[in-house]
Amino acid sequence: MQRLRRTMMFVPGNNPAMMADAHIYGPDSIMLDLEDAVTMTEKDAARMLVYNALKSVDYGDTEMVVRINPLNTPYGKKDVEAMVKAGVDVIRMPKTETAEEVREVEREIEKVEKEIGCLGRTKIMAAIESALGVVNAYDIATASPRMMGIALGAEDYSANLKTQRSDSGEELRLARETIIVAARAAGIDAFDTVYSNLNDMDAFRREVEYIKTLGFDGKSIINPRQIEVVNEVFAPTQKAIDKALAILAAIKEAEKKGSGVIAVNGKMVDRPVVIRAQRTIDLAIASGILKEEDI
Amino acid sequence: MEIKNANAGTLESGDILVQVAPSEQGGLDITLESSVAYQFGDRIREVIAETAKEFGVDGVKINAVDKGALDCTIRARVATALVRATGKDIWKD
Repeated sequence: MQRLRRTMMFVPGNNPAMMADAHIYGPDSIMLDLEDAVTMTEKDAARMLVYNALKSVDYGDTEMVVRINPLNTPYGKKDVEAMVKAGVDVIRMPKTETAEEVREVEREIEKVEKEIGCLGRTKIMAAIESALGVVNAYDIATASPRMMGIALGAEDYSANLKTQRSDSGEELRLARETIIVAARAAGIDAFDTVYSNLNDMDAFRREVEYIKTLGFDGKSIINPRQIEVVNEVFAPTQKAIDKALAILAAIKEAEKKGSGVIAVNGKMVDRPVVIRAQRTIDLAIASGILKEEDI
Repeated sequence: MEIKNANAGTLESGDILVQVAPSEQGGLDITLESSVAYQFGDRIREVIAETAKEFGVDGVKINAVDKGALDCTIRARVATALVRATGKDIWKD
């Protein structure tokens, strides 16, 4: 089963209590932040804290992501060294604008992996937060075989566009669509930006519904309260699950008989239909609606 | 190794504030204040001492105010305070 990444929860890298509890709420991924959430004077402390937490806390199946500081700051290279040594799953690059920046991070990761003997273990994701980043989205997405996803960072992006965030999100339309297309063309995941008004859960739900329709794999979140909403929106309906199960059963049957093209309820089933059916089943299992033994 | 006064951590719940200072007597002198000292005091001291030993420092006073920190947090805060006190980072530039 492909890893689901419906929710990526942001947790400040210098807050031990939040870091110790974050996985209890069941986000698919946790992003421990060494960048914007940490003041300049605490960068060293946060790095040491995240390093020790990753080495000691049992986060179970949760994918662990760390947002590092850019390599052109005094902190970036040390962040990479510490996180790779701690065994992080994914390094998240902030404010990525070119493919070369990804390759620079890749080279730093490789150096450390070679030193400790785990070459190729660490994945990379890039946050796109500027007009230049959006223009280069596909190049960034394909810059390294380690790339697992690209994400929109809307605050910096809208500032860079000389506009501001609106309720409708109109200003983000091109960036969202570009990121989705680039991610799909590259065969990696796409993550939407955070929604920071925790007092308007209805608007949050509408935004999650919208980005799901666009094709995003998941949403960046800033509070455990947002997890349930995202999971509900991403959970498939019973009708969709029944249809997906019928498609997968028909495929199995066809494989047994050795026949090629098949039809379910009079409609032809081809590759995209099967891929969609499998994703529906994966989501149903992750949402707890379906058990693996039911398939 | 020269040791300056330094500290790391906070007094927030789940954290520990660690203050490091030079000690003329040599060795390691730990004072601990913790709301869970009765149950975990020995363990907290042990983690502080282990971390200081790994760092190879001698002649240090460590004053810690614990607010229910996990072992990994204690290790991180002691290490950060010692890096700040000695100027000797464990990560490469």
